[in-house]
Amino acid sequence: MKVNQLSVFLENQPGALSAPCRLLAEAGINIQTFALADTQQFGILRLIVPEWQKAKELLEKNGFVVRVTEVVALEVPDRPGGLLALLEVIEQARVNVEYVYAFTAKQDNQGLMLFRFDNPDAAIRALQANQINIVGTVGLFKRMGT
Amino acid sequence: MIKHHEPGPFHPASAMDFLPPEQLRDIQFNRLKDMVQWAYDNVGLFRKRMMGLTLTPADLKSLDDIVKLPFTVKTDLRDAYPFGLFASSMREIVRFHASSGTTGKPIVVAYTQEDVNDWARAMVRSFAACGVHAGDIIQNAYGYGLFTGGLGAHYGAEAIGASVIPISGGNTDRQIMVMKDFGVTAICCTPSYFLHLIERAAELGVDLKELPLRTGVLGAEPWTESMRQRIETESGIKAYDIYGLSEIVGPGVAMECLHQTGPHIFEDMFYPEIIDPQTGQPLPDGSEGELVLTTLCKRAMPMIRYRTRDITSLAADWCPCGRTLRRICRISRRSDDMLIIRGVNLYPSQIEAALLKVEGTLPHYQIIVDREKGLDTLEVQVEVTPEVFSDTVGGMERLQARLTHSIMSITGLHADVRLVAPRTLQRSEGKAKRVLDKRQM
Repeated sequence: MKVNQLSVFLENQPGALSAPCRLLAEAGINIQTFALADTQQFGILRLIVPEWQKAKELLEKNGFVVRVTEVVALEVPDRPGGLLALLEVIEQARVNVEYVYAFTAKQDNQGLMLFRFDNPDAAIRALQANQINIVGTVGLFKRMGT
Repeated sequence: MIKHHEPGPFHPASAMDFLPPEQLRDIQFNRLKDMVQWAYDNVGLFRKRMMGLTLTPADLKSLDDIVKLPFTVKTDLRDAYPFGLFASSMREIVRFHASSGTTGKPIVVAYTQEDVNDWARAMVRSFAACGVHAGDIIQNAYGYGLFTGGLGAHYGAEAIGASVIPISGGNTDRQIMVMKDFGVTAICCTPSYFLHLIERAAELGVDLKELPLRTGVLGAEPWTESMRQRIETESGIKAYDIYGLSEIVGPGVAMECLHQTGPHIFEDMFYPEIIDPQTGQPLPDGSEGELVLTTLCKRAMPMIRYRTRDITSLAADWCPCGRTLRRICRISRRSDDMLIIRGVNLYPSQIEAALLKVEGTLPHYQIIVDREKGLDTLEVQVEVTPEVFSDTVGGMERLQARLTHSIMSITGLHADVRLVAPRTLQRSEGKAKRVLDKRQM
């Protein structure tokens, strides 16, 4: 149900972002999507990759601090109000959204977004009860064509 | 404005500064005997150590016999927290102060009413030595509270009959406004803070040379002759070095006279020695070594042969002021790792205790000290570990806030906590270089 996302701590300096990208590129690991949260001093790089365990080991071996977080991939109808309907379900269930980012790929007029919830299980229950499609890992990478 | 730097009227308390040497030594020896008896009778740790050396107070037959007595060190005060070294009962103690310990707990010191009066008298002698007198308007910018600087200077300033502004530290713009509007003639603060005041005043279009301010009683941190030159040239004041430490009494252990030849120790109250820090052997006047001090009057918390960790030498040669009190030469360094930041003592081990309290384990860290526009800055870089890494920015910011708060509560200092990537801080074989002090004195 849930997707494993890697977060990597980066100092806010030139070359900080390319370093992990270089490592993954040289190992032939493709980044499906990513987000970069920034503060003045540091950033948190969030990555979705097909072989997350391999990627985590690789990054840690090279001195990076990596955390694995479970996020939920949701289909979002690509029309006005599409996201709103989904958010209303979440709010009703009193679940908080910590952060969100999107995949660029689209399929059948559905966008694909990744949600980090403070209570993923409660979110999933509420979403399923409202017939919102949760995309698991297998479905995810089928879409990506990997 | 022409500023006059004069001795001012002679204060009776200063009479003790000019005693003939033999008379001074007599007084010191009699007081030392009393003090050792008092500590022996009332301080368990001291009596235990004396018995361990098979010594009694009667074995003190001359001042030179002081070298037979055991030393007191900082860890004794730490281990005795809070009241283990007190000789007086709580009913007789009228004041507490505290200063930085090497761990999470502070060093606690105490005073009877007589101790408070003696301290005020030492401060009166300090002010008198540099020409401050009744009629002066004194701005006391040393921190008031547990720190000995604020109240120490305050009681002395009132006792000499000056008009005291208890402004304490901080709020520089207000300090300058008060200095100008109240017609302040003398200021008490740290030398680096005074430099900061000069810079800020210039930004505000205030020229300190045009104000009646003529005297600075500056201390609580080491400072160089070139800093003094800069202070005096840019403000027109005469800046005098005051020395003290909470374990002994606070400010007023030693003070420069008008001739600025190094602080005269009020050695009828605080007996000085210089020792070799490695061997503990006494060294003659003029040799550089660790300053050791013995309180000759204090009741609540007597200190016998306290190792200050300050490296200096004693000058016994004649000073133009005529005082027969030996002078401390400029303190060049310490024999431990203590830092002084904005006048506050800081041990790297306190930072370690603060980090450990938040994270449960000790991450790699580095302390970076610098000085901007006269003000000391403190940055603590902390490597992020997998245990504390959160996937949300809020989580990391909360970590940063907890670390900052922990450092503040243990040290009393605000530190900029900077989270850094792992393996970016210097490692070394053996003891890593934890402190980078970039301040150019």
